Parts: sequence; C-alpha cells; structure tokens
Amino acid sequence: MSPFDTDFANISRRRFLVVSLSAAGGLAIGLALPDLADAATMSPEPWTQANGNEINAWILIEPDDTVVIRVAQSEMGEGVFTALPMIVAEELGCDWNKVRAEYASANRNLRENNVYVRMLTGESSAVRHSREFLQQAGASARVRLIQAAATRWGVAADDCAAGDSRVTHAASGRSLSYGELAAEAAKVKLALEPAIKTPDQYTLIGQPLGRLDTPSKLNGTARFGIDIRLPDMLYTAVVTCPVFGGTVKSYDAKAVEGRRGVKAVVPVPGGVAVVADRFWRAKEAVAALPVTWDEGTAAGTDSTQFAEAYRAALNGKAATARKEGDVVKALAEGKKVEALYEVPHLAHAPMEPLNCTAHVQGDKVDVWLGTQYPEMALQLAAKAASVRPENVQVHNCFLGGGFGRRAVNDELVQAVTVAKAVGKPVKLVWTREEDMRHDRYRPQAAIHFEAALGADGEPTGLRVRTAVGSILRSLGWGNTDDGLEPAAVEGLANQPYRVGALDVSCVLKNTHVPVMFWRSVGSSQNAFAMESFIDELAYAAGEDPYRFRRKLLAGKGDFLDVLDKIAEKSDWDKPMPPGKGRGIAIHESFGTIVGEVAEVAVSPKGELRVERVIAAVDCGHVVNPRTVEMQIESGIVYGLSAALFGEITIEKGAVVQGNFDDYPVVRLADMPRIETHLALSGGSKWGGIGEPGTPPIAPAVCNAIFAATGKRIRRLPIKDVDLSGQRS
Amino acid sequence: MVAFTINGSRQKFDIEPETPLLWVIRDELGLTGTKYGCGIAQCGACTVHVDGKAVRSCSMQVGDADGATIVTIEGLSPDNSHPVQQAWLAEDVPQCGYCQSGQIMAAVAFLNEHPEPTDADIDDGLTNICRCGTYMRIRAAIHRAAAILKDNGDAP
Repeated sequence: MSPFDTDFANISRRRFLVVSLSAAGGLAIGLALPDLADAATMSPEPWTQANGNEINAWILIEPDDTVVIRVAQSEMGEGVFTALPMIVAEELGCDWNKVRAEYASANRNLRENNVYVRMLTGESSAVRHSREFLQQAGASARVRLIQAAATRWGVAADDCAAGDSRVTHAASGRSLSYGELAAEAAKVKLALEPAIKTPDQYTLIGQPLGRLDTPSKLNGTARFGIDIRLPDMLYTAVVTCPVFGGTVKSYDAKAVEGRRGVKAVVPVPGGVAVVADRFWRAKEAVAALPVTWDEGTAAGTDSTQFAEAYRAALNGKAATARKEGDVVKALAEGKKVEALYEVPHLAHAPMEPLNCTAHVQGDKVDVWLGTQYPEMALQLAAKAASVRPENVQVHNCFLGGGFGRRAVNDELVQAVTVAKAVGKPVKLVWTREEDMRHDRYRPQAAIHFEAALGADGEPTGLRVRTAVGSILRSLGWGNTDDGLEPAAVEGLANQPYRVGALDVSCVLKNTHVPVMFWRSVGSSQNAFAMESFIDELAYAAGEDPYRFRRKLLAGKGDFLDVLDKIAEKSDWDKPMPPGKGRGIAIHESFGTIVGEVAEVAVSPKGELRVERVIAAVDCGHVVNPRTVEMQIESGIVYGLSAALFGEITIEKGAVVQGNFDDYPVVRLADMPRIETHLALSGGSKWGGIGEPGTPPIAPAVCNAIFAATGKRIRRLPIKDVDLSGQRS
Repeated sequence: MVAFTINGSRQKFDIEPETPLLWVIRDELGLTGTKYGCGIAQCGACTVHVDGKAVRSCSMQVGDADGATIVTIEGLSPDNSHPVQQAWLAEDVPQCGYCQSGQIMAAVAFLNEHPEPTDADIDDGLTNICRCGTYMRIRAAIHRAAAILKDNGDAP
C-alpha cells in the first residue's frame, strides 16, 4: 500500500459529532511583510490566521459573517482553493461572497488525530476523495447554526431555515446572521448528523465561479514560498553532487568566507550550502566554492546505456499485471502487429524553483514552503532538526507549480539543516539549474506490444510488456517485492478495449536516477504507447482509427460518449488538406475519461505545428466547470511540452539539461486552440481533473502526424524525429 | 552607489553593480511580486518596466539601471484596476499564478507598442513561459485589455 492510499471506510459521519474549540495552529512568529492591499476574497497569505468562532475544523465564522473555510489540499494552480470551499459552502448555505479560504494546519492534523483526514495533493484526488466529508462538514455546521437560532428563539429547529448566511423563522419573521449565531452554534452537539445533498440538489456546485485566489495573483501579493521574508533572515544557495547519490569529498570554505555578505558554509545531505545576507551573494559564492565530489559508480552511465538496458529488460523476467485467455495461442495465428515504444526521463520544471524558509528555535521548528504533502514535510522537518513532530509548524504557501515534484521536499531537509546550524531563519532557494538537475524525474521506459488481428480485422490477442523505473523503490515507499507497481502499468493493465486474449506484464528496473510522480504518472507514458499502438492496429486492420476504437469499446457507454463527442466536434470525417492530419486518442486516468483529437500541420521541411485540440471529458460530475476547462487546457499544454520537446538526458551520470534554453517548453506561439467539451456520465462517478487531460495529447498528436505524413513516432520527444519529405 | 526611482519612490543602494536588478527588487526592496524563474532571461517571470520598456530583470545588472525609472507589478495599480489586470481577472487567467506578474508586465508594455494586436503580433511579442499553460487565456485577456484601453482612450 502506498502512502497515497487512504482508508476511507472509517470516515463516517460520526467524526463530526466532536466539536473542536481548540486554537488554530497559527503563525508562530511575526512576519516582516510589506503593506498589502486587501484582497476581496482571500488573504494573499494562505496559511492559518483566522480568528472567530470555529464551528468545526473546516469552518470558522467571524462576527461580520465572513466564513473561513480551511483547505487541506495544496493550491498549485488546479483550483482547490475554490473548488473545495464550494463543496463546503454548498451545504453551509452561506453567501459565497463572504467566503475566504485558508490552509488547514498540518500540525493540528497531527495533534488532533488526523482531523483533516488527508492533506496530500496528488492522484487528482482533492474533490473525489474529500467531497463527502467536506459536504458533511458544511451540513453539520448549517444544522448547528439552525439549532442555535431555534434555541435562542425557543422554537422548533424544523420551523427554521438557513440560507444566504442567515437563519430565518418564517412564522415570526425573525432572522439572525451566521456571524451572530456562530458562538452558540460552536457549542451545539448533535445527536445525529444530517444527511448530505445528492447531486440533483446542488445549487452552488456546478456553477462556473471565478477563482478566489485570482485577485492576489494579479498584483504580486499572492505569497509563494520564495516570497517569505522574516526578521534577521539569511539566504542560502546550495550545490549538490551532479551525479545522483554522490557525496562531498572535500570543499574549501576559506575560498569564499571572505566574500561580501557570506556568513557561513554548511554541509547538507549530498552537498554544501553557502549562507549570506543576500541570495545573489550566496549564489555567487556557492558557484565559486571549490568542491571535490565522490561521484560513485554511476558516474560512467548515460541515457543511451539506459535505453539499451530497458530494451534488454523486456526479454527478462516480468511480473504479470493482468492475464486473460491464451495469448500465446492467439498470437500464433492471424495478422501480427508488433511495435516498441520508448520514452525518456522528464523534469517537472515548475515555474517556481524549489525553495524553503526554515527557522529552528530550540526544540521548535517553523518551515514555510509550497508542499503537496504537508504531513510528510512536517515529519521531514522534525527528523532533520531532531525535534518531536508536534513541535513543527508547516506554513504552506501558494505553490508556483507542483505537478508531483512538491510531494517530496528535498529542499526542506536542506533548509532545516542549515537553519539549525546557523541559528537564524534561513531562506534556501534552488537555482533553476539545481531544480532541473536534482529533480525526481518521470521514469524512462520501454514498452513492447504484440497483437494479432483476425480475418475480420478484430484483435484476437494483445501482449504488452513495460520495462520502467519503479517510483516506489526510488522513494523507498511501499513494497514491490512481487515486481509490480500500479503506476507502472496504469493505462495498460486497465486498458478498456476488447482485444481478445490479453497479457500485461512489467519489469521494474531502476537506475541511480531518482524517479517520481509526474503529472498523470504511469499514464503519461503508457497512454502514449497504448493509444499509438491501437492506432497502428486500426491501420493494420484497414479501418478508420475512430471507428476502430468505437468497435472495440462497444458496450462502454461512457467511453463511447467521449469518443463520439470529440469525433463530432472535430468534424472527424471532413477530409484534411495535404500536409495536415487529425489524430485521436482516449484514456482513462484518476477516474476520468478524456478523449482528444489533435489537428497538426507538417511542412515539407518537417516543421510541425499543432493547430487545434478538441477535448471531451467525463469526470462524472463537475464542481466548477471553469476549473475543469482550465485544467484540461493545462494538462494538454503540459503533455504537449513533453511530447514535442521533453527530454532529460544523462551523461557521465549527471543531467545534461539545466534551464529552459536546453529544456524547452511550449510558449504562446506554439499554442494550439483548445476546445473542451463535457460528456458527463453522472451517477456515482466522481473523477479527478488535474491530471487526466495530459495522457491523451502525446498519442493524439503522434497519430495526427501519422495521418499527415505516414510517419509513426515510437520514441519521444517528437523534436528528435525528422518529419521532412512527407507524402502528399 | 546605485540610485533609481521605483514605483514612484527614489531608492539608493550600496551594492555590487553587477547584481541582477531582480535580486535588488526582491531582496533589498522586498517587492516579491517580481519572480525568479530561470536567471537567464528565458522565462520572463521577472519582467519589470525600465524607462517604460519591458525588461527581464534577472539579466540586467543593477548598475545599468542607475538613474532609471522602474515600475514593478506592485506599481501597476494599487487595486487591480489597470485595464490589463481587469482583463486578466475577467478571463480568470492565473492558475498557479507564479509567472503572472511577469506576464502582466510584459503585456502592458506590449500593448503600448501594439494597441490593436493581431494573434500573430501576440505570438511574436509575448514569449514568457507559463508551465500551467494559461496561454489561451492570456491571448484572450490581451485582446480584451486592448478593447478596454481603446474604449477608455487611454495609454496603457
């Protein structure tokens, strides 16, 4: 079981019977911040700071009716600071314009028996895994506000109603605001928790509301980790061994100690930090610091060797992830189709390089950073400073991008180490180069397919084997002794097509390069391979790629609705002019099905332009359709950057790329027009939205390139492929 | 010594003249709306106006800003009322938001030179990186801002 799995079975309505009046875990020391313009909807500093009457751990109501809603997930662009408060407010019946969001406290969560249930942000799970208990928190508060009013008036609660931040008693025409009732409501104990609304009763959920965090992100006030300023704060730059796992043999601190502003040179895990009164001085000093490394045995490795090793691993011992029917027999007959797909390591490259500000005072530790995993950040800080976890406060900030990278905070360990050594608050910032060369990367992989088609063009058998780095082994999380890891085969083991006999297996193989979750995780490479290969099968069967998929998805209404929607909206059957092509792909991840049609143009010289992407989404239900649209666009752009350009290469054991000049990403000029359509199946489905837009874009684009040029791309990125001289 | 005017305030520093303007703005002045993204003028997160022109402040030495007039995101308007900020709000552009100060400052300078931009002008003129992929909304917001500015008869 990975730390991402949570036992939801024991989360019952009962937990809300406990009324908590404890003080919010707050800011331990004063911040030296410039004056800030009042934000209309939320403080630019997202951490806990509200005062008022706490109705439960999620909801606090101030006397002026302001409702503070605590958010346990991290705002990294995906919109949780709006979507999760919408879910609470749906039940609370408050005026949306009076809602303010702030982070829940990881320290409180630790001290109060996991009161926030889960604080990790990953697996596109914020809505789908917290919706029910957030609705419950809102409903519970509403009923207690009603009870408080009924008690004050001496009337039956059933005769009172709540809405628009007021409780009213229609018979007498009396009403009280939530702010007036909050103190009494906080003391109400309910014998039974109320039932929560079903989707047909929603009035706020489903509305295209503006994001609460937008105003503070237009004027520079939104507080990211890198923006923290504390009294007497020092700045830190760090250098770590270019070869992962390498260590410091020696360094000459004296060479930089006399430089202006330099205060200290401090060893950190795997490297050395220079502390100075200004970041630039620290950065220049660390660049000038003579360090000798013990690079270890991995210093002789490179990406070409890894690619050969992954291809070779495909012929070795594999663990079976899914097996149906007799594949050996099926593959012995019919028309054989075989292909090998390969993908490189990828960096996350969030806009905000990793950074952390830490202050160690005796046995107390405060850290400020953007983290996707505040509970683990707290434990890492406690360990690095050798203090009890209860003595650590994690002040989560806005994240300048996460994409998975900020789930493990290597930068925090360094910052706490340095802060403890110098006894002052320290802001440690990675340069872009440090960030790119000491990422935990999307694994490199090789994925092999064999299939047979019957006389009717239908697949009779499919064998898929992937050789890929194990994320759990790299992180030291969980048990993979059986040779299986769900992420390694996601999108393969659960492939949706009717393919006859099926055999999906995996070979976990790690190098010294650390690997981790990268937006959509295993689906990021497996969807590219699977959806490209299905396209190959369609052409081998002499069928249209859309209709071929349709046939193999017969009976799966949610897939078909998505597929039909993108075919219709893209005018799939309308012929494209020479040099242009359409490609289709569909993939389910994190409970959501996304289909995408890409339209590309390829010039005779081989210049590629992705002109338009038509997407359709089935995430079951939608909290904020605006957010869904934004996340699908975002996921497509993130995946398109990787498909077109993304490639981290290893030479002599170290990462070659260092910045956006050699790790290019999509810019405005590369941007396709994206149209997002909903194809919601409703029912009990609640799918994620932060990641599922990413997987289909690489195969959709590659399938479009095939339609335009006849060139099948089986190794990413596309920039390495010569597309010139296409057929007309 | 280096001196310049920033957001209307005269400032003077005893500092190494080769220090990038970005770090003076962030660390000396505490104006943290201007962001560090790459340090090599690739991403544009650090974009400010120096004498009315968009400049990537990570790659301008502070010594070269001596005597200049500088505007950062904090100096654009006190209350998000600048037409470009209004357009950004109407299109709900930001996601993580980290690059948006630079995007907005780049857009303001761009609209000064291209009051009625075409999509091709925008492609050529706006080269800042956004990893959240807000580009479609940035494009729409620039067109919207141009329309607001035209209505107002303002210079941006």
